Amino acid sequence: MRAAVIVFPGSNADVDMFNAVEDIMEAPVDYVWHSETDLSAYDVILLPGGFSYGDYLRCGAVARFSPVMEQVVKAAEAGKLVMGVCNGFQILLEAGLLPGAMLRNTSLKYRCKISPLRVVNADTPFTRDYAADEIIDIPIAHGEGNYYCDETTLATLQANNQIVFRYEGENPNGSVDNIAGICNERGNVLGMMPHPERAVHTWMTSADGKRVFTSILKTWREQNSATAHA
Amino acid sequence: MLKAIVYVTLRESVLDPQGSAVKGALHSLGFDEVQEARIGKYMELSLGTSDREQAKERVTEMCEKLLANTVIEDYRYEIVEV
Repeated sequence: MRAAVIVFPGSNADVDMFNAVEDIMEAPVDYVWHSETDLSAYDVILLPGGFSYGDYLRCGAVARFSPVMEQVVKAAEAGKLVMGVCNGFQILLEAGLLPGAMLRNTSLKYRCKISPLRVVNADTPFTRDYAADEIIDIPIAHGEGNYYCDETTLATLQANNQIVFRYEGENPNGSVDNIAGICNERGNVLGMMPHPERAVHTWMTSADGKRVFTSILKTWREQNSATAHA
Repeated sequence: MLKAIVYVTLRESVLDPQGSAVKGALHSLGFDEVQEARIGKYMELSLGTSDREQAKERVTEMCEKLLANTVIEDYRYEIVEV
């Protein structure tokens, strides 16, 4: 398995993501600059947090037109695992790979703290090592994480089990239905505001994010051995 | 030459946290008549064309593709002579 961490001008959680892959998955991982036009070497594509293009206009609005994004869309269509965290989630929304959009936090404050999450769907390639309804501690760090979608879209997300994480207790940003993370209908694209890559060792205060990475690895191994035996 | 003046605002159905904060501040200053405040973006685009119809078509495309996110925002624009 080879993972790509996409780096946009203004990404700042790329190193955290890279280290999490190295430490937890022990898999080869590369930084891939936003101008790259070939992602065929990668099985897993990770869009890190940060402030791509200074968050000008809207978070993720400019990044989604980077040359690499066409390849990210193709990879998602081909069924590869794509995960966007924080700004990466915002980019996936702007790119239309996930439904909805982000608004300013209702508090108008940048929130940076450990946030308890409920694992709503433990049956995705990204969450299979969790138990359903498990409460986990994952850090958040964002000013625009107030997930919004219209009622029809929300009903679809609920009906298809596309809500993967919800904030438990306090909702730090005012998101619809306490949403912290969603996946696409097929389940191979995940977007989440909290940072699992910043909670992979006990010295980081929480190691609860580790299992996002072990889940991805397990999924890949399973898919890979299935292909080999076919 | 033409100029497009583009206004992007949050849709009516979307809560505007900045607008609510500004409304609260105006109320605390005694401007009680303010019933609602909406914050938006103002953009000026100088266009290298004098063809109004073409300009409208292109600016609509710019708004749809990049300048507004129609999930949460509405846009309107004026095309003016400069």
